[in-house]
Amino acid sequence: MKSASRLEKVLEKGEFAVTSECGPPRGADAEVIQKKGALLKGVVDAINVTDNQTSVVRMSSAASCFILKGMGLDPVLQMVTRDRNRIAIQSDILGAAAVGVNNILCLSGDHQVFGDHPKAKNVYDMDSIQLIHSVRKMRDEGTFIEGDEIKGAPKLFIGAACNPFADPFEIRVPRLAKKVAAGVDFVQTQCIYNIDKFEEWMKGVRDRGLHEKVHILAGVTPMKSVGMAKYMKNMVPGMDVPDEVIERMKGVPKEKRADEGITICVETIQKMKEIEGVRGVHIMAIEWEDRVPEIVERAGLSPRPDV
Amino acid sequence: MSESEFEPKIVAFCCHYCAYTAADLAGSMRLQYPPNVRVVRLPCTGKVDILYLLKAFEDGADGVYVAGCMEGDCHFINGNFRAKKRVHYAKKLLDEIGFGGDRLEMFNMSASMGPRFAEVAREMVDRIKKLGPSPIKTVQTQKSGDKP
Amino acid sequence: MIVGSRKPMEEIEAMIDPFERIIVLGCRECVTVCSVGGEKEVGILAAELRLSRKQKGRAIDILEFSLERQCDHEYIEQIRTQVANYDAILSMACGAGVQFVAESYPEMPVFPAVNTTFIGVTEEQGLWTERCQACGNCILHLTGGICPVSRCSKSLMNGPCGGSSDGKCEVNKEIVCGWQLIIERLKQLGQLDKYEEYIPIKDWSSSRAGGPRKVVREDLRI
Repeated sequence: MKSASRLEKVLEKGEFAVTSECGPPRGADAEVIQKKGALLKGVVDAINVTDNQTSVVRMSSAASCFILKGMGLDPVLQMVTRDRNRIAIQSDILGAAAVGVNNILCLSGDHQVFGDHPKAKNVYDMDSIQLIHSVRKMRDEGTFIEGDEIKGAPKLFIGAACNPFADPFEIRVPRLAKKVAAGVDFVQTQCIYNIDKFEEWMKGVRDRGLHEKVHILAGVTPMKSVGMAKYMKNMVPGMDVPDEVIERMKGVPKEKRADEGITICVETIQKMKEIEGVRGVHIMAIEWEDRVPEIVERAGLSPRPDV
Repeated sequence: MSESEFEPKIVAFCCHYCAYTAADLAGSMRLQYPPNVRVVRLPCTGKVDILYLLKAFEDGADGVYVAGCMEGDCHFINGNFRAKKRVHYAKKLLDEIGFGGDRLEMFNMSASMGPRFAEVAREMVDRIKKLGPSPIKTVQTQKSGDKP
Repeated sequence: MIVGSRKPMEEIEAMIDPFERIIVLGCRECVTVCSVGGEKEVGILAAELRLSRKQKGRAIDILEFSLERQCDHEYIEQIRTQVANYDAILSMACGAGVQFVAESYPEMPVFPAVNTTFIGVTEEQGLWTERCQACGNCILHLTGGICPVSRCSKSLMNGPCGGSSDGKCEVNKEIVCGWQLIIERLKQLGQLDKYEEYIPIKDWSSSRAGGPRKVVREDLRI
């Protein structure tokens, strides 16, 4: 074992893993995180805690992880390279590991232009692949980026995001290979709606044997409405929402569309379970954490195994 | 100075191939147009420079216009389109300093449009009469050292 | 070249408001090529300033002058005899020029009329785009001749990020994804395998992060 992560144990045991995420609040109220954590406790194996997602200022991911850890959950510290240089990043990693955080997700982060502080200066001292490389070095070699010894290396299970749908498509498999070479242990994909394209990507992944070197968790997001589906299709870069999905949502009465969104999500998870090389799912229910238990249940993934 | 007494000084930058010839034709046809317009002949309105336009105003013009060929009929293919863009840009500069971009305009006409030349001249004179004299003429420039 | 754009008139007028005798100083290098601070733009700005002042009933005496360069002592010296007759210098050069003029005439207020925007190229007539951030440690040989530092909105060394869509950047659709360009170029060169080579975390000490930089050529020093 590389870490004390529950997620790692589940995956190493060969169980189909379930992760979810929660976004910290735009304020200093710990209760918000506690409530979200309580909804997901026992339902999923690990919970990602977003790091100022879409560049909107929120409670820090590390502090939120600490709160969840105190509740007996296994949080995944999301870390973007947009806001911190290598000094701050390594410092936060040590701090998170010290309070018992076992997982990290290495990201470059959305550009600050999307957020509430578009006039900010970004950092990008490193990119997500360099972050993976750095965390692996800290854990396995016990040294900082510049080579000094760490007294008490952070034992983290290292994750990354992975978008099979972004362009150019031809480098999407090589890009995963690059992350694997840098030392990633698991990846969570962008929300999957275009299953055919995802399968095409997975075939490329299997052809290179990458599915045996990294745990792939398929990302899903239930849609609440036709408006949300259209927004994701048209406004979110790197998102692939086929027209059939939108048509299907439109095909049911308005008051039943949220339920239809949940059903689509459950069906997607069931399909993912059948794909060779997919080792789990990552359910991103955006401000809809209360429906996650139902999704997990209906997808036949509950109860979660004891590890 | 009351509006009725005000006789604006207007500079018209005219293309040799169209508006300048149209002015000639207006003369031959004995068409009346206001004597306020001073014509400057250009080989093409594409020769118009933002500097010429601003210098005309600096030297006391109350209004300035550029008259080029009909769009698509420029002797040099697209000189009049270039002029249009420059006039547009100079209008913005004039607006920016509160001078008023309305004092500057671009017109298009062919060599055979003598009556149109006269009409444009009247139109511009009317417009500038309404706008009044150039803002730089209506104020007394203070001596160096005085602060307004 | 160094590309700039002119400051808004309101800002320029506020800077020179207390003065009645100014030099509008152009530069015949980069800012002439990108049509922002050369001899012609000096003429335009001076004309605007005179018109504006006249409207307000205030005097202004402007010397219009352009130097071969504002980043070399010998050219800046050319205005030394004139400087005493004026109250301020409004420089239309890049930030380097403005500062060098100020250094040469410490007793004179020197103001910038131009915002220095980037090091770039004339992509088309009237269109300038960024190409270099002067990071001081060129890696163009690794990235198909296209710079990830200046062409990727996040300066990613191992891009593209998940926000690349239809060859466009997530920041906005007007921006071409730098990494898409890199990949296309590597493909053209038959070097797509290079894409999988990990580019290690960058040494930014040669960039502005290391503080103000200098280049010394002992062989050329007198």
